[in-house]
Amino acid sequence: MKIHEYQAKEILSQYQVAVPLGKVAHTPEQAKSIAREVGGNLWVVKAQIHAGGRGKGGGVKLARSLEEVEEFARTMIGMTLVTYQTGPEGIKVNKVLIEKGHALDKEYYLALVLDRSAEKISVICSPEGGVSIEEVAKKTPEKIFKDTAETLEGFKPDQLKALAQKMGFSGDVQIQFQAIVAALYKTFVEKDASLLEINPLVSTKEGKLLALDAKINFDDNALYRHPEIETLRDFNEEDPKEVEASKFNLSYIHLDGNIGCMVNGAGLAMSTMDIIKLAGGEPANFLDVGGGATQEKVMEAFKLILSDKNVKAVMVNIFGGIMRCDIIARGILDAVKHVNINVPLVVRLEGTNVDEGRKILKDSGLKIISATTMKDAAQKAVRAIQ
Amino acid sequence: MSILVNKNSKVIVQGLTGKEGTFHARQCVAYGTKVVAGVTPGKGGESVDGIPVFNSVKEAKEKTGANVSMIFVPPRFAAAAIREATDAELDLVICITEGIPALDMLKTKQMLKKQNKTRLVGPNCPGVITPGECKIGIMPAHIHKKGKVGVISRSGTLTYEAVDQLTHLGLGQSTCIGIGGDPVIGTQFVDLLALFEKDPETEAIVMIGEIGGSAEEEAAEFIKKNVSKPVIGFIAGMTAPEGKRMGHAGAIIAGGKGTAKEKIAALKAAGVHISQSPADIGETVAKVLGR
Repeated sequence: MKIHEYQAKEILSQYQVAVPLGKVAHTPEQAKSIAREVGGNLWVVKAQIHAGGRGKGGGVKLARSLEEVEEFARTMIGMTLVTYQTGPEGIKVNKVLIEKGHALDKEYYLALVLDRSAEKISVICSPEGGVSIEEVAKKTPEKIFKDTAETLEGFKPDQLKALAQKMGFSGDVQIQFQAIVAALYKTFVEKDASLLEINPLVSTKEGKLLALDAKINFDDNALYRHPEIETLRDFNEEDPKEVEASKFNLSYIHLDGNIGCMVNGAGLAMSTMDIIKLAGGEPANFLDVGGGATQEKVMEAFKLILSDKNVKAVMVNIFGGIMRCDIIARGILDAVKHVNINVPLVVRLEGTNVDEGRKILKDSGLKIISATTMKDAAQKAVRAIQ
Repeated sequence: MSILVNKNSKVIVQGLTGKEGTFHARQCVAYGTKVVAGVTPGKGGESVDGIPVFNSVKEAKEKTGANVSMIFVPPRFAAAAIREATDAELDLVICITEGIPALDMLKTKQMLKKQNKTRLVGPNCPGVITPGECKIGIMPAHIHKKGKVGVISRSGTLTYEAVDQLTHLGLGQSTCIGIGGDPVIGTQFVDLLALFEKDPETEAIVMIGEIGGSAEEEAAEFIKKNVSKPVIGFIAGMTAPEGKRMGHAGAIIAGGKGTAKEKIAALKAAGVHISQSPADIGETVAKVLGR
């Protein structure tokens, strides 16, 4: 699960990580009054969306007067922000973060991740911050430093010290840096994060380290033990179809093609997208109905697929293991009766009770294009829309 | 021969008294698997289809001589169930449960690394089957056929698809293992590649990977140096977009890393025969084996 920058900063400040003074605003007027409250003569207005690269798209502005704060907030709230992470359709901005501006000295990169190959938590940092870390990794990999927490106790003091020195910190700033990494580790473990990124971490002219930006992703599997995090979920930031799917425990990802897919199992669902592409078509979605798909789930899955107006054909690919094909076939019939399907429907059934399943579909009299293998199904689906 | 499990494996089911546990244990017994005990804390003394239930894995092992456990415990208690089975020093623990928090698995994995008695397969996996001998998991038994192709996969139904293709072509399997779709898992491709390489009954190895992480790249490195048997590979998720979790918690392209393209290139460089289409896995094996 993803959260907004302002929410991530609230969590970090609970763990004593210094962040700029500020608050989130939903209206230009609110933005102005927050700026007045924060004080000073320099403010930053930041669009709050779940995507990076906001600056280039006009989602981060430096304001030098209260009027400017209000003006920038007015432009940003309601605008559709397009960044390299949002896709061409962009994301609508509903709120902005107003923060006190600081005289910056230097920008750094700092992140904690669950390192899958080491099977441990790793810290990644670089004296090159404020830009994409992938770029730094490509151009100057020697400027990226990494270390791993050997146990779940966290990083050892000498590890933190060595890292701080590699980053070029000394004296009081070095102590601040070590404390921030230790605090991030604590946050990561206590909140079940999967990624925690501060880009940039900045040093101010006054010699303070501040988290100028913050991003936290959480492990969905652990949300049950963090009800306080679950309330931070912003449904406006998610594809409405994906939100709807999650209510029925369906795993759905919207894509740009026109062949809708309904599959059981994540690996088979991904492969179904791939084989459609190989057959010369474009998948409209990833959809895993799961191992224990019920008639109701199959129907909801159909509704979702068909609510995408780009869908010109539907391909069902089911490998019944524990799930019996006859039950799936009945689910399909039920769905067809309740949902108005006016695009070609290609069905491939395989596995347990497949003969009975195929017979049910055949005897139904419904216009279903049946296929024997997944390749056959993909080719038939592509042909159906030509 | 086979790897990990065979007709002598004696199995405990942790979570036998639950709906899923009971259902799948019955399927395993029907296949011929020796399910000797169930474990559900607080339900010791009960029985399911005549299979005795114990309060702890330790007790179940002592009373029945079991050496393998299959776990169906709900996600929030599953990591502790794995640790209990490890404490009891079973040879193999197969965790079917999906949805275990990653940090719980990190903790469990650190414990597993400190010992050398117990191997974990999974979590979030379909299990392990040695056709004709023993099925420990949720895979449909009837699609399998005894033979000489080893199968390793990160996915469930896609494994069934591959096995079904093999069986239709008359190519049986030595052992099929689903290693699981989570970011932190007990047994990796490399561990099983090493076992299949040593198994005299395995002639070729099918390896089914997917986007996310770097397990396939690590496997490619290992194959280059240590595997003489032919390996046939497929990677799911060629068309997957970046930053979206494709069902499995582990199947996600992050920061431009973990793409199917990179994985296929690494495997090809290691001499792995790549099936470009999920529909051609069986035929690729047949071609490589000259059938």
